[in-house]
Amino acid sequence: MASEKQTSVDGKLAILADAAKYDASCASSGSKSTRQGSKIGSTEGMGICHSYTPDGRCVSLLKILLTNYCIYDCQYCVNRVTSDTPRARFTVDEVVNLTMEFYKRNYIEGLFLSSGIIQNSDYTMEQLTRVAKNLRTQHRFGGYIHLKTIPGAAEELITEAGLWADRLSVNIELPTELDLKQLAPEKKKPQIVSAMSGIKDKIDETKSDRKSGMKPPKFAPAGQSTQMIVGATATPDNEILKTASELYTGQRLRRVYYSAYSPIPHADSLLPGKSPPLVREHRLYQADWLLRFYGFDVNEIVVREDKNLDLEMDPKLAWALQQRDYFPVDVNTASREQLLRVPGIGARNVKRILAIRRHKRLRTDDLKKLRVAWKRTKSFVITEDHNPALADLDRGDLKRLIVPKEKQLTFFDTFDAALNGEL
Amino acid sequence: MRTIPIDDFDDWRSVARGLIASNAPPAEIQLVENDGQQSLFATGADNYAKDTNTSSFRVPREFISLAKTIGYHRNANRWNLLYRTLWRLKNEQPHLLEIETDADVHRLSTMEKQVRRDAHKMKAFVRFRKVEREGKVFFVAWHQPDHRIVRRVAPFFSRRFAGMNWTILTPDESVTWDQQTLQYGSGVTRSEAPDSDELEDLWRTYYAHIFNPARVKVKMMKSEMPVRFWKNLPEADIIADLLADAPRRVDEMIEQHEGFDQTAIDFIPSVGDQTITLDTLKEMATECMACDLHQSATQTVFGVGPANAKIVLLGEQPGDQEDIVGTPFVGPAGKILDEAFSAAGLDRENLYLTNTVKHFKHTVSTDSTPKGKRRLHQKPNSREIRCCRPWFDAEWSCLEDAKVLVCLGVTAMTAIMGPGRKLSDTRGRFVETDYCNRTLVTWHPSAILRSHNESAREEKMQQLILDLSVACAGC
Repeated sequence: MASEKQTSVDGKLAILADAAKYDASCASSGSKSTRQGSKIGSTEGMGICHSYTPDGRCVSLLKILLTNYCIYDCQYCVNRVTSDTPRARFTVDEVVNLTMEFYKRNYIEGLFLSSGIIQNSDYTMEQLTRVAKNLRTQHRFGGYIHLKTIPGAAEELITEAGLWADRLSVNIELPTELDLKQLAPEKKKPQIVSAMSGIKDKIDETKSDRKSGMKPPKFAPAGQSTQMIVGATATPDNEILKTASELYTGQRLRRVYYSAYSPIPHADSLLPGKSPPLVREHRLYQADWLLRFYGFDVNEIVVREDKNLDLEMDPKLAWALQQRDYFPVDVNTASREQLLRVPGIGARNVKRILAIRRHKRLRTDDLKKLRVAWKRTKSFVITEDHNPALADLDRGDLKRLIVPKEKQLTFFDTFDAALNGEL
Repeated sequence: MRTIPIDDFDDWRSVARGLIASNAPPAEIQLVENDGQQSLFATGADNYAKDTNTSSFRVPREFISLAKTIGYHRNANRWNLLYRTLWRLKNEQPHLLEIETDADVHRLSTMEKQVRRDAHKMKAFVRFRKVEREGKVFFVAWHQPDHRIVRRVAPFFSRRFAGMNWTILTPDESVTWDQQTLQYGSGVTRSEAPDSDELEDLWRTYYAHIFNPARVKVKMMKSEMPVRFWKNLPEADIIADLLADAPRRVDEMIEQHEGFDQTAIDFIPSVGDQTITLDTLKEMATECMACDLHQSATQTVFGVGPANAKIVLLGEQPGDQEDIVGTPFVGPAGKILDEAFSAAGLDRENLYLTNTVKHFKHTVSTDSTPKGKRRLHQKPNSREIRCCRPWFDAEWSCLEDAKVLVCLGVTAMTAIMGPGRKLSDTRGRFVETDYCNRTLVTWHPSAILRSHNESAREEKMQQLILDLSVACAGC
């Protein structure tokens, strides 16, 4: 018997927001211009966080599931068919109305809609697409829509979804094929990858049409992203990063989100922020940034013998401590590539340093003013003035001197890393 | 020292042009907010004619946009700082803005960030409330920004809510959009704004449930959503309650949290080991307690048949009689199957017969018969199916000569092929699966036993025989 909780809009919203809260992604950026003919809603590149919950996370999109009923049995998922979690299902109109009414009051940037699989993949995908289509055509909604595609759905259904959505995502779920076989037997890697490349091809096609002067309809203008559960299997970080790197280069994904699987929430609640899965997630985001913006190759990021990232320090510092020959780097003469490899100096500061350098030589105080992480940076750089910490570069115990004292890592830090990845 | 009142950015721009043209050093100029009253110190302005012509000195474009932004800042000294920087750009260092470590540039860029951030927070935290007047719908918001940014942000709202009639009220200024133009008015007090909206309860429900109570980080929330904005955010009303209730919700999450289900894999010590045979598996399976079914069943009913069988048949689960005897397909369904075997020309001795779930799942009927209470078959659920799967995986890897896998009924079909298929659509043809490229689905003999009428029964029986013949021909 369905309880009132499962039939009223308020009750459904409670269940289906609860079910979506583990989704890592909430970005609403990437669509540079508002759709033509929109009456309500805009996308102008940067997303806006409209609120923050007491867990430090931002609320940008109405992030819900259409339903958390599911015929699949993926072991890492709270909505798997064998779970006892309470279930609910929204109608298409209910989601459309909620989105419009929330949007008009400026609570949200748009909708992030995902779903458990009901009946079959195609049926579920059709339902998701119908929500987006109604919003665009009946309400002339111009806000952000992120649709999570359903594994195994027919390609033409995904193509249609791309016409209405700003972003599509296909979850890779787990880093390797073997992991999938173990924990999500119904999901197949080739199927997932072909869905991604189908989207990529369509995005490319749209772009090249536009270049050659045609006016093709928009297709997922904010690109595609994916999510990977980490820590549910023994797969080490270098395999995870290889998979991510393949996705960035092969499928040109905008983002890979990492979501730590923690089988025992007890550990989390007792030791907030110290639980290894969260620290690992954080390190993976940092490594992900090194791959994309710092010119690192996937084969050089993981320096430990066990193929995992060091949990104690950020991956750039770990790399620098191993590659002492690369240093010191002279901030007044080094190339952009070299500066990017200095621990504690982020990509934005590298840009600033290069600009300032044209007009004056940089001193230690200048770097401090730019708010580089001086404690980490100081032993690796030559500045215009004397930098006594440089002498430590040859010390055997440099690691002990630099590595930050244990600090409570919070989910926010992870989230923050997911957003900006500054190292 | 000369004091000149400034109205706004455009005014500053023309004043500054004049000053630069007459080469007035910043130390001798005092630019002040024009509050509408003639200041006693406002002297000498006339000495510097406002210059509206473009002079030979070209200002970098970044500086103009920087100055425009700084113009919205509440700091009273901003016009002076801007003029000094302009002066330095002209007389000292044309690339001054690139030197972010310079004290003036640093101060300007800090102020610029403050305005940008405030504008961003306005875009984020304005909360419209719906009101109806004379049959028309309006959306009205009350907002208290840190800086005088209404004119900077209003165009954004007009693009975003183009198809809505809206008004944003602030203490400094207000703005209204009628779907055509923006109109600015004076500042108002809070009492002018509507005080509720029926939708705010739903919004609070969403806010409460998207919050993960296992990760409380109040400081982080406050740094991004400063407390001074809370009084105008409907969701902020429940923050205290959410925090108070967080420990209870965490307990609830822990209670509901299931982790990975245990599976029979824990009872099969070394899968892949060459020495494992069907006999050793059968022996190990007698001890299986991976799910609760072992508690009410008599014994594990493992597969039977030769290790070199070419055809493997997979049923659902043992029935009442199988449970007592310990062998699959010895009850009424087994009899049907035997009939079909002989009609299809198959010899049971050459086949390997097993079940998806290896314990009998049942309930006990409430009505008594002369023989006592009956045990009624119950369908295994997907958790039990998943849990038992490693046994079939192990059996299958021992059956090296198997050419055809026959799934009897929906349970076996779903276990092998995954969910979302219909038996009637899949029946009777070879399908490639992870297990076997010749996997075939057919009726479970119990389905034939349960048929509503004789003709349905006969039809299904013929199909079963036909399908078994197909299986036979496939190897």
